Amino acid sequence: MSGLDVRDLTVRFGATAAVDHVDLAVPAGSVVAVLGPSGCGKSTLLRAVAGLEVPASGTVSYDGQDLAGTPTHRRGFALMFQDGQLFEHLDVAANIAYPLRLRRRSRADQRARARELLALVGLEGYADRLPATLSGGERQRVALARALAVEPRLLLLDEPLSALDRGLRERLAGELHDILRAAGATAMLVTHDHDEAFAVADRMAVMREGRIVQAGTLEEVWSRPVDGWTAAFLGYATVLTGDRAARLRELVAPGEPWESVALRRSALRVDPTGPLTARVEEARVTPDQIRLQLDVDGAGSLPGVADPGSDVRVGARVRVSIDTSRIALIPSDLSGVEP
Amino acid sequence: MTLRVRWGTVAIAAVPLTALVLFFVYPVVGMLARGLWPDGSLDLGAVTEVLGRPRTHRVLWFTVWSAGVATLVSVLAGLPVAFVLHRLRFPGRDLLRALVVVPFVLPTVVVGVAFRQLIAPSGPLGSLGLDGTATAIVAALVFFNISVVVRTVGAFWEAIDTRREEAAAVLGASPWQVFRTVTLPALVPGIVSAASVVFLFCATSFGVVLTMGGLRYSNVETEIYLLTTQELDLTGAAALSILQLVVITALLVLAARVRRSPGPVDRTTKRLPRPRLRQLPVLLWAGLVIVFLMAPLASLLSASLRQGDTWGLDNYRALGTTGAHNALLVPATTGLANSLQIAMVATVIALVLGSCVAFLVSRPGGGRPMGVLDGVFMLPLGVSAVTVGFGFLITLDKPPLDLRESALLIPIAQAMVALPLVVRTLAPVLRSVDDRQRQAAASLGAGPLRVLLTVDVPVAWRALIAAAGFAFAVSLGEFGATSFLARDDNPTLPVVIYRLIGHPGAENFGMAMAASVVLAATTAVVMFAVQRLRVASVGAF
Repeated sequence: MSGLDVRDLTVRFGATAAVDHVDLAVPAGSVVAVLGPSGCGKSTLLRAVAGLEVPASGTVSYDGQDLAGTPTHRRGFALMFQDGQLFEHLDVAANIAYPLRLRRRSRADQRARARELLALVGLEGYADRLPATLSGGERQRVALARALAVEPRLLLLDEPLSALDRGLRERLAGELHDILRAAGATAMLVTHDHDEAFAVADRMAVMREGRIVQAGTLEEVWSRPVDGWTAAFLGYATVLTGDRAARLRELVAPGEPWESVALRRSALRVDPTGPLTARVEEARVTPDQIRLQLDVDGAGSLPGVADPGSDVRVGARVRVSIDTSRIALIPSDLSGVEP
Repeated sequence: MTLRVRWGTVAIAAVPLTALVLFFVYPVVGMLARGLWPDGSLDLGAVTEVLGRPRTHRVLWFTVWSAGVATLVSVLAGLPVAFVLHRLRFPGRDLLRALVVVPFVLPTVVVGVAFRQLIAPSGPLGSLGLDGTATAIVAALVFFNISVVVRTVGAFWEAIDTRREEAAAVLGASPWQVFRTVTLPALVPGIVSAASVVFLFCATSFGVVLTMGGLRYSNVETEIYLLTTQELDLTGAAALSILQLVVITALLVLAARVRRSPGPVDRTTKRLPRPRLRQLPVLLWAGLVIVFLMAPLASLLSASLRQGDTWGLDNYRALGTTGAHNALLVPATTGLANSLQIAMVATVIALVLGSCVAFLVSRPGGGRPMGVLDGVFMLPLGVSAVTVGFGFLITLDKPPLDLRESALLIPIAQAMVALPLVVRTLAPVLRSVDDRQRQAAASLGAGPLRVLLTVDVPVAWRALIAAAGFAFAVSLGEFGATSFLARDDNPTLPVVIYRLIGHPGAENFGMAMAASVVLAATTAVVMFAVQRLRVASVGAF
């Protein structure tokens, strides 16, 4: 196949397997996010793909060619670190032109390409600045431009936005998405932030304790989390199992085989025509909606929302409806079972 | 509040400054005055006359040439060792790190003797015909100073974030390109810093040039010694001392300009890699350098175990005697006991003074005055130990300060020599403390002393112990100043060794070898213990 293909890869640090029999594909032209909590081995996986870690077993190949004997600098990849790792002694233009200089491109070429990339990442006029004078977001853009300079056949992004503050992170995530598409890049992104993964990638793989527990398109993973842990990690507010889930069974897909159900915060909504009854435990006004904690009869304490301006008081009894587009059915919950 | 802090600063600065004035400036000025005011009137014509002598020019040229070549070779030889010992992981690395520092703290006399033992016509490398050549002197200077390069550059190397090099590699840089474009620029401040200090040490080296140069080669330092003790030309000695002082001050200012402490090392980063096959050239290079460092020591050891044609421990047993023809007034073991005792006292003095200086110069926002203070306490590194030692003799022997009979005379002299090294070990560690931690502690109600105890001391105690060990090792080996001050009935071990070499007889020579081994082993053990503390600034500049 064309693109990156990781087969049965294991990387060990002493006795522990940081990456444990991982299979992963990054088809050419796609952006794949590896999502997992810190310490799950996702960065090690990325480093192994880059050739910075030596695998204990398994293969990393690109366009069908095994890369086992290919040192890092001959793989034709580019890696962008969480903190950019700009070369502090070079100015912005020289940082971006660095990979071009290695390949002995002409000076005119280097200048032109640096200008082009600065425009791509929205930093025109920054060519002569030193990295120390840049803000965190600007540094990451320069790092991205540098990584894109020689049109790497695979771009590796290690938590590219995690070091930034929230507002900037959200804006840059959108820009990163557009820049990667504009550059036609094939990219592998590792992150612990599901928002970042959803904003940037078209496919994702969820990693936990060295293993890939689920992989697919964003839609597939989001709508069918493989277990409760994955659902919680993807940003679902609550996962219901057992008796509490049973109360909801007749309301959502009674015919299908599922054991647990994951609910987003806005899955339960105060609705006078709703099928469920509940008592309001907490109510907090936010700009978009009223956030509630509801004691749902038969299902226990669950988060919910009400439209702004609606009259809900703590202690009041209300009727509640379920928005089935904001829940996910989980076939069997293995979250408590160690692999 | 500000006023109180200022007074505190003045009080803390007063202690080491007083010591520096009394035990460094006063003797050195006294020594210079003796030469410049020979008859109670200033005689500058004599100074220009001395500086115009052809012999002075020859001495100057040899000083600059030998120091320059030795510095260049030290840097070239030290770089791969710095890489191997600070960026790779392999069994025995810590032992090697300690062994590499041993030459630096060895008494210069022992270094001279060890080299002569190796290259003398009868020695293992006698066939090279190096005995008494300038090449041999340069080799000995290199031997002495490689560790400065290894420790200083090694500290910078450790501080480089390996991910920066990985970033370059992933962008397509070959290992050599990574080194040239990323690693080397980050090392340059360390290399310049190490090179300037090595040049300083080489240009003021005394024991090595004296024992190996014979009558053919002389640098400014040995020339001052010869003029003072042999020709009694104090004017000439003073003129050269002043010249040396001016040049060295300029060098120190230059070194302070470029000195930048390596960034904080991220201790949480992953373990260092093991050596790889493709690094073979660097490994071989480093291996050769380490062999070069160990060969004179090994030769010393083998000579100490040989008496005539037989092997044994007779030379070591002889250490309990006064040598053949009573070369010594007291047994060599007494010299060892003296050395240990004196080094202990010198360590305490150097540590107290050094802590004060390091504390002051590491306060953020000290600005220019603290920079000057930092530089002033580096002066003992570069000023001729001969001038200091002789200055002690002629200024501290009469009121107001008569220390001739005091047991503290030698410890004080040694403490002045060790002081800059203590400051250089402690200050970078104290500087690495984020000042906001002190502010946080103060805002939570901690007074200045409690801030010191709860923020600075927990970070600095290892460095404090390491500095103590380093000062101890340096004091044990100090020869330049001690040789003027130690009396024959109460010598230190380096002085004993020098006396034994000066006396004829194979037994005395064997004893000198055994005593050198004992001294080298003691310093090696101390340095190994220091090494275990893992304080990167030890022996770095």
